[in-house]
Amino acid sequence: MTAIAVSTTINGDDVDVLCQTEETLLDVLRDRLGLTGAKEGCGTGDCGACSVILDGRLVCSCLVLGAEAEGRRIETIEGMAKGDELHPLQTSFLEHAALQCGVCTPGFLIAAKDLLERNPDPSEEEIRFALAGNLCRCTGYDKIVRAVQDAATVMKGG
Amino acid sequence: MNFDAKFAVKKFDSVGTRPVRPDGVDKVTGRARYGADFNMPGQLAGAVLRSPHAHAKIKKIDVSKAVKLKGVKAVITAADLPDLTDGDSGLYNILDNCMARDKALYDGHAVAAVAAIDARTAREALKRIKVSYQVLPHVIDVDEAVAPKAPLVHEDVFTAGIDPKPKKPSNVAKRSEYGHGDVEKGFKQADFIVERRYRTEQTHQGYIEPHACVASYNADGTADMWVCTQGHFVFRQTCADLLGIDVSKLRVTSSEIGGGFGGKTHVWIEPVALALSRKAGRPVKLVMPREDVFRASGPTSATSIDVRIGARKDGTITAAQADLRYSCGPYQDMWAELGAMTSFACYDLANVKSVGHEVLVNRPKSAAYRAPSAPMAAFAVESAIDELAHQIGLDPVEFRIKNAAKEGTKSSYGPVYGPIGIGPTLEAARDHPHMAAPLGANQGRGMACGFWFNFGGQTCTDLNIGLDGTVTLAVGTVDVGGARASLSLVAAEELGISYDEVKAVVADTSTLGYNDMTDGSRGTFSSSMATISAARNAIAVMKERAAAMWDIPVEDVAWEKGHARATGAGHGNLPPLSLKEIAAAAPKTGGPIAGHSELVADGAGVSFATHICDIEVDPETGATKVLRYTVIQDAGKAVHPDYVEGQYQGGAAQGIGWALNEEYIYGEDGRLQNPGFLDYRIPVCSDLPMIDTQILEIPNPNHPYGVRGVGETSIVPPLAAIANAVSNAVGVRLAHIPMSPPRILSALDTKKQD
Repeated sequence: MTAIAVSTTINGDDVDVLCQTEETLLDVLRDRLGLTGAKEGCGTGDCGACSVILDGRLVCSCLVLGAEAEGRRIETIEGMAKGDELHPLQTSFLEHAALQCGVCTPGFLIAAKDLLERNPDPSEEEIRFALAGNLCRCTGYDKIVRAVQDAATVMKGG
Repeated sequence: MNFDAKFAVKKFDSVGTRPVRPDGVDKVTGRARYGADFNMPGQLAGAVLRSPHAHAKIKKIDVSKAVKLKGVKAVITAADLPDLTDGDSGLYNILDNCMARDKALYDGHAVAAVAAIDARTAREALKRIKVSYQVLPHVIDVDEAVAPKAPLVHEDVFTAGIDPKPKKPSNVAKRSEYGHGDVEKGFKQADFIVERRYRTEQTHQGYIEPHACVASYNADGTADMWVCTQGHFVFRQTCADLLGIDVSKLRVTSSEIGGGFGGKTHVWIEPVALALSRKAGRPVKLVMPREDVFRASGPTSATSIDVRIGARKDGTITAAQADLRYSCGPYQDMWAELGAMTSFACYDLANVKSVGHEVLVNRPKSAAYRAPSAPMAAFAVESAIDELAHQIGLDPVEFRIKNAAKEGTKSSYGPVYGPIGIGPTLEAARDHPHMAAPLGANQGRGMACGFWFNFGGQTCTDLNIGLDGTVTLAVGTVDVGGARASLSLVAAEELGISYDEVKAVVADTSTLGYNDMTDGSRGTFSSSMATISAARNAIAVMKERAAAMWDIPVEDVAWEKGHARATGAGHGNLPPLSLKEIAAAAPKTGGPIAGHSELVADGAGVSFATHICDIEVDPETGATKVLRYTVIQDAGKAVHPDYVEGQYQGGAAQGIGWALNEEYIYGEDGRLQNPGFLDYRIPVCSDLPMIDTQILEIPNPNHPYGVRGVGETSIVPPLAAIANAVSNAVGVRLAHIPMSPPRILSALDTKKQD
């Protein structure tokens, strides 16, 4: 037996999983746990499609080993809505048509959520730099930035 | 049934509104399933071994050690994909590209593949395959490839399109020519002539989702495939042809697609996955690593283009000529021909000639990339047009307006235009506040025009009305960017019901008739036409049902705003029957109610755009910053304006990347040096400004609602618009794309020496 046993918390639930030493957190989420919302666009940390929150920090899950999830808290796109209630960012992305193919969308939502938790009132430039680690090839980013601006307003109660 | 596709003026209720897309919630919650998000019982992991050489004869492949590795279930080479192409050279080239046969023709060319119990075992098996290569001289550069002593990619290719047939083989696979009039006569009439060579480097579509599929070949000779593709019906046909499967026995389901831009119109790994599954007797998932996506799929052509344009002092263009060389990778295609056809399509010209040369090089097979071949030709021509305007002393917009094509113009590629949008987009640009905004130091403004043909093609659609009166629309074009929302709007419009009562899905190849590839900006154009036709057929059925319910002649039933209404004397007091009431009665009035449509969507109206761009150039570093960008394009009719704007913005952003940064960089050894998103850098959020859009609606006479394709034209003008902006900012003409900082610095140095 060469697999490593990992106990971790994903979207608030305790999870036990076996993984091989070289498997990334992204591999574990997608192939071992069926959480395919995080996407592999590059496998080298350049595209951000696999973004998750690890112990409160935004990371590319393709750059984290599965074994490193031991004892940590992971938040993925699958945990962003509370039941049927979408997060304001999710609603805003839909209303602003901030997605075309949608494959980068989970990563953008995770990165935008991380931004708004740290900075509830970001300028356009701050949004653009906070999201610069996430590649989108469809939209030209215009509607994504507007969706984040609008969600920030909603979340402030405005 | 007879279907009249002619445009008729109409007041819209649903079309033109901006509702949330039906696939939206799945996409913001991570539930939408893309190519790599699907699994089957007993599924194996596939992996592909690729050539490290740009050009090499394959002497021997020894797979014995890989086969013996525990957990390996199949190893295949070209021998497992026998040639069934029966003299079809195009199909043979696809087969050869999927798995190299005698020679590896580029760095990244597939030579063998494995299927194993997991990815780790598959990777280890690849290491145990021993390939003996005899390395051959290679050629990468498009101009070097046409030089007399260049290494030949193929010994048996002779330039087609030349009479008599050449006696010597060549890397120029084909010559094509378009135009009319007498250009030499036209140049003699010119007071000013601009002549220059332009180059563009190879770029990748850069879709964020790598190619991925799951193939399952069954013991009874049937097979299933789940795949991210722009055309599952075409993939089915190609895979069936290459593997010798009856078309009806291969069921292909298109997954959600994570970007394609033309790159997912071609098969790459799909026949390989099927061959692996056939050999292993188990389903196989095959996903391209990003490095392989760059090395072995999708790039557009690198080009070298000579342009010569002459005009009189009054601003009339008297002659225009282009000689275009487009790299095809190792297989003949029609990329230069498309460049030749599109190059002067914006203008009304008495004397025009464009000649295309398809150039073979040891790079991956060139693939379609959004308005394929048009951006490079537009870069060359629109740069020359700008330079000519400056020489004559005319405003570049007014110069273009004076020479713009219009209804009745014989286009440079042959057809005579109907109502078109080039003039209106130019006039909108001239009048746009962007044009009058002040510029600062080291800043420049540029503008340029673009053209794309647009395509219609074979389309099949089903519209089913449920017992509760809600509607399922099954289409066979792939939804690449909101098409299900647009098509639901069209169904709602035609039936006279609410958008929320329609759900559009993309059907698989076994549940709907054949549909052409979702290319040529045809998705919403052609499937909306088929949806209108299917809805009208369903309405015909509902009118019959209403007539039966009322016991009156069907001729006395009209359809208005989602209701059957009795017309004519004697029936006037019957209350209308709603679609819901007719649907609920269906079991007793003749059974299920549906409308079907099968058609060839002819008459895709040509598309034009004009872009305006402001750039700032840092003279110390050569770095550029896009300050402001405006897209003006004719949509015919914007069905869902949000997604039309999205197409305009996305095309512009891709064009900005192409113009300023993106390029394939090869070493002397013929190996690609930047096969990743770190070194092949596409625009990120902080690189771009907001991208303003202006939608013009000049109805397409050949679509009931006036719709034109909108997806591709937006990538055509940016290369030239940005080159014109940079050239205006630095005072020297930039003629090599991308205008990366080193190229801009070099141009500034040249200017200083002058």
